[in-house]
Amino acid sequence: MWHLVPRTQSSLRAQILVPIAAIILTLLCGAVMFTLLGKAPGEAFYAFFISPFTTRYGIGEVLLKTGPLLLIAQGLAIGFRARVWNIGAEGQLLMGAIVAGAIAIKFELSDSVWLLPSMIVAGTLAGAGWAAIAAWLRTSFNANEILVTFMLSSVALQLLYYLVTGPLRDPMGMSFPQSVLFGDAALFSPLLEGTRVNTSLWLALAVTVLAWVFVQRSMPGFKLLVSGLAPGAAGYAGFAEGRAVWVGLLIGGAAAGMAGVAEVAGPLGLLQRNISPGYGFAAIIVAFLGGLHPIGIVFAALFMALIYVGGDMAMVSVGIPNASTTLFQGMMLVFYLACYVFVNYRLQRPAGKVAASHGISADA
Amino acid sequence: MLDSLIFVLGGTLAAATPLIYAAMGELVVEKSGVLNLSIEGMMATGAATGFVVATMSGSTVAGFAAAAAASMLLSFVFALLALGFLANQVAAGLAVGVLGLGVSVMVGKNYEGTTISPMADVNLGWLSEIPLIGPTLFSQDIMVYAGIFSVILISWMLNRSKLGRIIRAVGESPEAATAIGYPVILVRGLAVLFGGAMAGIGGAHLTLSYTPLWAEGLVAGRGWIVVALVVFGTWRAPRIAAGAYLFGAVSLIELFVQGLGFEIPSQLLSAAPYIITIIVLAVISRNPRVVRLNHPASLGLPYLRTR
Repeated sequence: MWHLVPRTQSSLRAQILVPIAAIILTLLCGAVMFTLLGKAPGEAFYAFFISPFTTRYGIGEVLLKTGPLLLIAQGLAIGFRARVWNIGAEGQLLMGAIVAGAIAIKFELSDSVWLLPSMIVAGTLAGAGWAAIAAWLRTSFNANEILVTFMLSSVALQLLYYLVTGPLRDPMGMSFPQSVLFGDAALFSPLLEGTRVNTSLWLALAVTVLAWVFVQRSMPGFKLLVSGLAPGAAGYAGFAEGRAVWVGLLIGGAAAGMAGVAEVAGPLGLLQRNISPGYGFAAIIVAFLGGLHPIGIVFAALFMALIYVGGDMAMVSVGIPNASTTLFQGMMLVFYLACYVFVNYRLQRPAGKVAASHGISADA
Repeated sequence: MLDSLIFVLGGTLAAATPLIYAAMGELVVEKSGVLNLSIEGMMATGAATGFVVATMSGSTVAGFAAAAAASMLLSFVFALLALGFLANQVAAGLAVGVLGLGVSVMVGKNYEGTTISPMADVNLGWLSEIPLIGPTLFSQDIMVYAGIFSVILISWMLNRSKLGRIIRAVGESPEAATAIGYPVILVRGLAVLFGGAMAGIGGAHLTLSYTPLWAEGLVAGRGWIVVALVVFGTWRAPRIAAGAYLFGAVSLIELFVQGLGFEIPSQLLSAAPYIITIIVLAVISRNPRVVRLNHPASLGLPYLRTR
C-alpha cells in the first residue's frame, strides 16, 4: 500500500503549492455546490471573484476588509508559530473597539489631533489586556488558552451589547442600541476617492513589515519559533513555555485590538451591536492559509477579503446564500490542512517498486 | 418560589441533555488520544439537519438519525485530516468547526426562525404524578433519559469492557498499542465517528426538544462548553455529566433571577456560563496532578505508524 514517509527537510515547493492547491480544490467544490443550488457556476464565480474588481467601490471594499484580516492574522500567526492557540481574536477586536469607542464618545466634541492616536493606543492595549487574561490563566493556572480565549470572546460580545444598550447609548437615538456618531477627529481619513478605504490600511501594512522583521530577523522571533517547534529545546535556545504564551497572546491581542479601533474609527464611525463580521475567526484561517508567514498572509488576507465582498455580491446578484462565505472559509482550511501533509511527508510507493524507481532502500 | 424551583429543576435536565450527548462523544474521542475541537460545528449541523428532516418527514426519530449521520459525515472529514493527513488536530478541529457552521446555515436556510412541535414527554404512570418531582424529573422526553443512560453505558464501556481497554491503550500510547496488535488508526477513526454522531444527536435535541426551533447561531458556544466539560470532569463520565447539569442550571439562572425580580443586566446573565466556565477551568486545571493523572497521555498528538 502507498504510505507516508517523513521528509528529512520540509519541502519549500510544497509549501508554496499547498495554498494554491487548497484554493483550487475549494473552487472545484464551490462549482459543485453552486450547481446543486441550481445556479450556473460560471455566473456565480463571476459574481464572487470578478465582479468586485469591476467597480472602484468594489476594489475599495476588498481593500477595506483586507485591513482588519491582515492585522489580526499577522498577530495570530506569531502566536500560532509558537503553538499558542489564540482563537479569541474576535473578542480582543471587540475590546479594542469598545475602549476606542468610549474615548471617542467621551471626547465627542474634541478636534484634537491626538484623539485618534490615543484611541489607537488605548484600543491596542485593550486587545492585549483581554488576551492577557488568557495568558495569565494559562501560565498561573494551567488553564487551556483555546477555551479561555473563546469564552472571553463571548463575554466581550455581551459587554458590547450591555454598553450600547446602556451606558454608551446615544441618549437622542430613539433607544436604538448604538452610540452617538464619532466626531471627525476620531475617524481615519479617507484614502481613495469614492470608496470607504481609509488610512488605517497603512497601519495594517506597517504591522506586516514589523511582523516580517520580528519573525524573520529578530532573536525573540526565532526563540518564539523554537518554543513552538521543539518545546524540549526551548529551555536552551528558545523561550520557556510561559514566556512564549505571554508573547504570543499579547501580540495577537494587540493586533486584534488595533483592528477593532480601525473598524469603529473607520467604516462604522460609532459603536453598535454588529462591529465585526467574524474577522477574528476568519483571520485564523488567513493565518494558516498564508503559511503563518508574513508575506503569505498578505495574499491570504486579500483572498479572504475577496470572499467576503464577493459573497455579498453573489448573494445580491445571483442569489447565492450568504452561508457560502462561511462554507468557503471552512473548505479552504480543510483542504489546506489536507495538502499540508506533503510539506513534511512524501508518499512512498509500495515496497519493491520504490528501490527500482528512486533508488531509496535505506529507510524501507 | 416553589414553582420556579420546579421549573429550574426540570429545565436543568432538558438544558443539560444536548451537552451530555456531545460530551460523552468527545470523552470517547479524547480517551482514544484525539482532540476534536469541531463540536460546535458538528452540533450546529446536527441541530439544523435534525430540524429540517423532522419537519419534512414528521418523524422525530428520522430527525435524530439524520442529525447523527450528518455530523458523523463531518467528523469523517476531521478523521481524514487528523488521522489520515496527520494535520495539527487543533487546526483541523477549527477547520471542520467552521465548515459545520457553514453547512448548518446552508441546510437550515429555508427554515430560519420556524418552529416545530416539541418531542412528546414520556408518561411514567404514577411516577409522573408524584407531586413536585413527578412533573420535573419523570415527565421529560425520552432522549433526556437516554442521555443519562448513555453516561452509565460510556462509563462502564471505558472502565470495565475490553473495548474500553483498547480505546484507553490507544490513547495512552499508540506505539505500545500497535505493538500489542491494536489497529490504532482504526480505533481512533471509529471513536471520532462515534463522537460525531453523539454531537449530532446533542445538537438535534436542542432544536427538536429544548428550543424547539431553528435559527442560525443557535448552538451559541455550547460546543466549546462541551470541550471544557470534558476537562472539568477530568475525563470521567459521571463527573462530566455532573458538570453538564451544573451548566444546564446556570443557563436557566437568567430566567429564574428575572422571575424573582432582581435587577441584573441580562447581558451579564448571558455571559455567566462563559465566565463560570473560565473560572472552573482555572480552578480544576490549577492542580497539575489531577489533570496529568487522567489526561490521556497522547491526546492531540499525531501518530504515524513506522514500520
